[in-house]
Order: sequence, then C-alpha cells, then structure tokens
Amino acid sequence: MVLLSTDILIFLLLALAIGYALYARKHEHLRAPWSLVLRSKVGISCMVVLSFYILVGLLDSVHFHPTTKNGAPTGDVISLFDHLVTPLREQQEKTYSAPFAAHLYSKESIDLPDGGQIRGYPRLQWGGAHLEDPQQMRLADILSRTLAGAFEGLLIWLIIAAAFVARLASRESCSIGRLLHRLLDGRSEIPWHVMLYTLAIMLVLTFIALNLATHYHIMGTDKVGEDVFYQALKSIRTGLVIGTLTTLVMLPAAVLLGIMAGYFRGWVDDVIQYIYTTLSSIPGVLLIAAAILMLQVYMSNHADEFNSLVERADLRLLFLCLILGVTSWTGLCRLLRGEAMKLRETDYVQAATAFGVSHFTIITRHILPNVMHIVLISLVLDFSGLVLAEAVLSYVNIGVDPTMNSWGNMINSARMEMAREPVVWWSLVAALLFMFTLVLSANLFSDVVRDAFDPRLRQGK
Amino acid sequence: MMTYIIRRLLYAIPILMGVNILTFMLFFVINSPDDMARLNLGAKHVTPEAIEKWKEERGYDKPLLINSQAEGLDRLTDTIFYEKSVKLFMFDFGSSDSGRDIGHDISQRMWPSLAIAIPVLMVGLSINITFALLIVFFRTTYIDLWGVVLCVTMMSISGLFYIIGGQYLAGKLLHLVPISGYDTGFSAIKFLILPVIVGVIGGIGGGTRWYRTLFLEEINKDYVRSARAKGLSESMVMFRHVLQNAMIPILTGVVVVLPLLFMGSLITESFFSIPGLGSYVIDAINMQDFAIVRSMVFLGAVLYVVGLLLTDISYTLVDPRVRLD
Repeated sequence: MVLLSTDILIFLLLALAIGYALYARKHEHLRAPWSLVLRSKVGISCMVVLSFYILVGLLDSVHFHPTTKNGAPTGDVISLFDHLVTPLREQQEKTYSAPFAAHLYSKESIDLPDGGQIRGYPRLQWGGAHLEDPQQMRLADILSRTLAGAFEGLLIWLIIAAAFVARLASRESCSIGRLLHRLLDGRSEIPWHVMLYTLAIMLVLTFIALNLATHYHIMGTDKVGEDVFYQALKSIRTGLVIGTLTTLVMLPAAVLLGIMAGYFRGWVDDVIQYIYTTLSSIPGVLLIAAAILMLQVYMSNHADEFNSLVERADLRLLFLCLILGVTSWTGLCRLLRGEAMKLRETDYVQAATAFGVSHFTIITRHILPNVMHIVLISLVLDFSGLVLAEAVLSYVNIGVDPTMNSWGNMINSARMEMAREPVVWWSLVAALLFMFTLVLSANLFSDVVRDAFDPRLRQGK
Repeated sequence: MMTYIIRRLLYAIPILMGVNILTFMLFFVINSPDDMARLNLGAKHVTPEAIEKWKEERGYDKPLLINSQAEGLDRLTDTIFYEKSVKLFMFDFGSSDSGRDIGHDISQRMWPSLAIAIPVLMVGLSINITFALLIVFFRTTYIDLWGVVLCVTMMSISGLFYIIGGQYLAGKLLHLVPISGYDTGFSAIKFLILPVIVGVIGGIGGGTRWYRTLFLEEINKDYVRSARAKGLSESMVMFRHVLQNAMIPILTGVVVVLPLLFMGSLITESFFSIPGLGSYVIDAINMQDFAIVRSMVFLGAVLYVVGLLLTDISYTLVDPRVRLD
C-alpha cells in the first residue's frame, strides 16, 4: 500500500460522507430534504451516473507498488484501478491510431516477409490484432462484441434489478407482481424505475466498453501510443479530487471565520471582513498563477525531496486544491457571516445567552447546525465549476502536473493535434465527453439538492 | 455622497496594502530572489556569479526590507520592498524581467483586450436578457422546461470546447475568418468577430439562467400582482414592471465587472493570439516573468476594488431606497 496525500484526504472525505449519511438517516430534519432529492427523477438518475464516476475515482485512489512475476516489488506506483484495467494500460501502440482502427494513423516503412520494404499503414500491435483481415472482419467483429457486451450488461442488470425489487417488496410487504406494476407505471413514491433505467444504460455502456476495449482502442491512441480511453478514465480521479477536496480543505476556515464574524461582530467582524475582502480582491487566476509559479520554483530547487514522479504530481494537485480553495472560500464565508448574523438575533439564541450558555456551546449547538445546509449547497454547487476550472488552468500550464492524467492536459495536447493534417480529434472528444457527462450530472444534481435544502425555495412551493 | 465615496476610497487603501504585502511575501519571502534566478537561468550548474548578475540587472540584489548599509531615508527606500512593491501604489510598474517597461506594455495591450471584452459584454447581455425574458414569459410551459435544460447543458460544456469548436468550424472548415491573429485599426474587425461570437455563446447558458432567476424573483412580488389585477397586459407587466425592477441587480452585476474588462480574458486571447492583457499574463507565466505577474496581480486588485466602489454608487443612483450614509 502506498498512501498519497490526496488519497488520505479522499478516504477522509469518504468517511465523512458515510458518517453524514448515517447521521442523516436518524434525523428527520436531514432525512426530509434528502428524500426530496431521491423523489426527483433527475436527482436519482444523476446519482446513479455520479456513483459510477465516484467508483472509478475511489478504485483509482488505492495505490500500491506492483510486484513482478517472481514476487519482487517494483518502484512504480499503480492504483487498484490500473490493476483492474491492466490490458488497457499495457497495450501501447507506437503513435496515433484512430478509434477502433487496426492500422496506425501515419505511414511508415513496413518490412515485408520476403525482405522488401513498402510505405504503408502498419498494423497495430494490439488494436484489432486478433483479426486476420481487418478490412472485412472488423465491422462484424465490433458488432458481435458490442452485442455480447450489451447482453452481459443486461444480464447483470437483471440480477441487480431482481434482487432490488425482491428486497423492496419484502420491505413494503406487498407482492412482487403488484410492486412491479406500480414501478412500471411510475406510481412509486421514489421513482425507482428511473433509477433502474439509468442503471441499465450505464451497465450496458460499461460492459460494451469493457468487451471492446480489450481488443480495440475504442477511443484511439495518443501521440506516444497510449490508450485515450484509459487516459480519460484515469482523469476521473483528478476531476473528482479538484471538485471536492478544494472546497473541503478550506471548509473549516470558511465555517469558523464566517460564523465568528457574524456571531461576535465588532472588531472580530472587521478583521475577518478585511481578510476575505483582501483575498477576494486579487483576481483568482492571477493568484493561482503566482502561487503555482512559486511552487515550481520551490520544486525545481528541492527536486530531491520527492521520491517519485507520482508523489510530486500528487503534491502539486493537493497544492492546486489548496490555492483554488483560498480563492473560492470567501464567497461561502460571506454567506455564513450573513446567516450567523441573522441567527444571532433569533429568540432561541437570545434565550441561550440569557441562560448564560457559553459562546462555544451556542455556536456548536445552535448556530452550526442551522448553517450546515448552506455549506452543503455550496459544496455541491461549486463542484462542477471547479471541474471545468481544472481544464482551463491546465491549459494555461498553471493546473495539475503535466505528467498527471487530467482532462485539461488532454485538451491541452489536443490543441496541436487539431492543427495537424489529417486532424486527430479523438483525444479532445474523449476528454470533453467524459467531462461533459460529469459536469452535466453534477449541475443537475446540485440544482435538485439546492431546491431541496434551501428553506426559501421550499416555502415558495 | 461625497463623504461616502471618500470613506470608501480610504477603506480601499488597507485592502490594497494587504494585497501588496501578500504578493511581496509570495514572491520574495517564500522563495528568495536566488531561487527565481536559478529557475530563470535554467541549467542546474549555475555559477553564483551568474545569479548575482541576474539579480543585479533586475534590482533584486537589494535587501528585502531594511538596507542597513544606506544612510537616512535610503535605509527604507533602497530595498526590494520599496522598489518593487511600494512603487506599485504610484502605478510605477518598473521593468519586466526581460527588461521591457511594464507600464508601457500595459497601456498598449489594454485596447485589444477592451475590443473583445466590451462587445462580448454588450451583445451577451442583450441576448441573455432577451432569452431570459422569453423563458419567463412562457414560464410553467414546456418552453420554460426545455429552455432551462438547454441552459444547463450549455453551462456544462467546457469553455475550451466552444473556442476549439468555433476555430475549427469557422476557421478551418468554412474559411470564413482567420483562425487567430490581430491587426491594428479597422482591419482588426475580421480577427475580432470569431472571439466575440465564441465569447457570447459560451456565456449564454449561465447568463440566461441567472437572469431567469432574477426575473422569477421579481414576478412573484406583490406589485406585479397588482399590475395584473389592474388589467395590464402580460407584455406590459413584463416590460414596464418586471424588467425595470430586475434591472437593478442586473445593472449592479454589470458595473462590478466593468473595470475588470481591462484585464481581458486569459483563455480567449491566448487561443486567438490577440495581444491583450490576458495573453500578456499567460506569456509572463510561461516565461516565468515574475515582475509582470506581480504587477498584474496588483492592477487586478485595484480594478476589483474600483468595481466594488462603482457598484455601491450605482446602487444609490438606480435604487432610491438605498441610502448610503
């Protein structure tokens, strides 16, 4: 096992999320808004899509040193996810190849068996290598593999769906037939049918991709012959880390300072307001650029402090999260200050003060629980913006380390490829597709969460 | 009013001082000028003489805060802090690490930035408000639902996609406009069309959705109900009452970004190779020119503070309920 610094934070976040879920289950004031989220069709299907992303991200966060065949550990660091998709990782070509291609994308001299040489597109080492005559057999092969994948996906889905329906039926104590009828008509309280349909689509797509990816490069290969599909999958972790850890690392500061400013007023308020106005008056991109420049100076002068490239890239990712957090916590702090100021005047806080309850107890018992919905909403709302910001920052070279897999780096390298003749479009499309799916479902999900948690909006309905 | 503005201007001073000290810490204390010199000179085997020379040429060889070798006032002024940070308050940006005059560069590069930023803001604003009004006019119908879905979808697409897609479609496939570049005078227009269109399209999703929320907030208020009860037509209600009142948050939202338009857009300018302030920053980052980045951080902070001040003033001008004193 190798624990990178972001891994630790990711598992901390996971533990927090599980703890919160267990806590929310027992408390009606939290269960009610979450069940509103579940009851929304958009909300529940976004949850399914997001959980696929999260699963890949989590698997990609368990790192270890792989062992060679005779059992000796090696120096590299790979993740559990890398291990699961070993064929994707190891089947490298020489250079560019188009999606599903069996030949390279550029001409090379090919040695003929009889000793001569011709110029042509050589066969790929792995992609479609099992076909004798790619020209005729490729389409049929792809189709049959797609069908097989879809079939497998549906089979798995059927098993999951059957287990789920059976469990639901026993919990609601009604017959499976009647429950099915209700589900198909969409008359269940929580739209389980939408969840199951989304799950079906995701499973079928996953299994088709799995089936094809072992024999083809389904999204082509990049300049050094690495599988683009693999890169796009690896980038999921980077996107999730940026989207979640950024808010998380600055959360304690934002919550503490925001509540203190609103609760204590006076000079505390002045100082805290001064701090966040100063920080927010520096344009975010420029602050990030300045900080990353300084980090580069530090890293190039202390190169020997990092054991491996992976560790170095990971530290830079963490630093990026920190500095992005510094630029984005001020908004949350301002909101919390306003809310704490309002809560301070409520009757129950006044009563607590009159009884002589200490400030610490008032803040933890009365103020903090009543601002948690704001924290949650801003956590969810910020996510998609941060994922998009990563791409932009990496493009300006002030994002994640160039050796790290990220959608921003993929798009960045695609710039040159678009100017190339003939165009290499697949890196760009793959990165945008994966990013779009994540950001779209996060956007839709955050809308649902906000509607459910914001008391102002709830009263309107 | 005057006293308020003066008070706000005085309040801006400590903020700018904070920004100044923060950038000073970031650039000179956390990493010493020696580190910068080593990074800039590149190779691992740099002689101490080369570092000294690099520092001396750029004025980084002075002491940080107090010059103990100088006499009188020079003890404070002949230092890096005074030369590089305090002088920013007088908008004396000094020269960049490659020896160019930053102040001159900024005044040159401001105009191309504005040539893109102003049309994007104006066209974008009118298009977004029109779409938002349309969506609100047809609220609780399928047009509203699908309009919002379209907005969210457009918001979820990375801005880089619009730029790359626009360049590919208009520049490479259709050959309508040049892909990138810039020219002086009126011939610049053909270089500006594509970035402006791309900028507007990229902002439609978020903008329309935001204005829709503003309009919806207004539309549920009592005075709108009275206007309808009085028998006004729906379009009359929308344009005479809702739009006018929603203009207050819209206007102040625009005013706050006005000064920052000078800074230009990093991404658009560098993709379309437009010599504005945005690409100036990007070039500086890539060349690791610390003097330029430092000056731009300070300039950005000044413009932001000005924007906040203008917002507060514009509130009093458009909303008679707001009193400042």
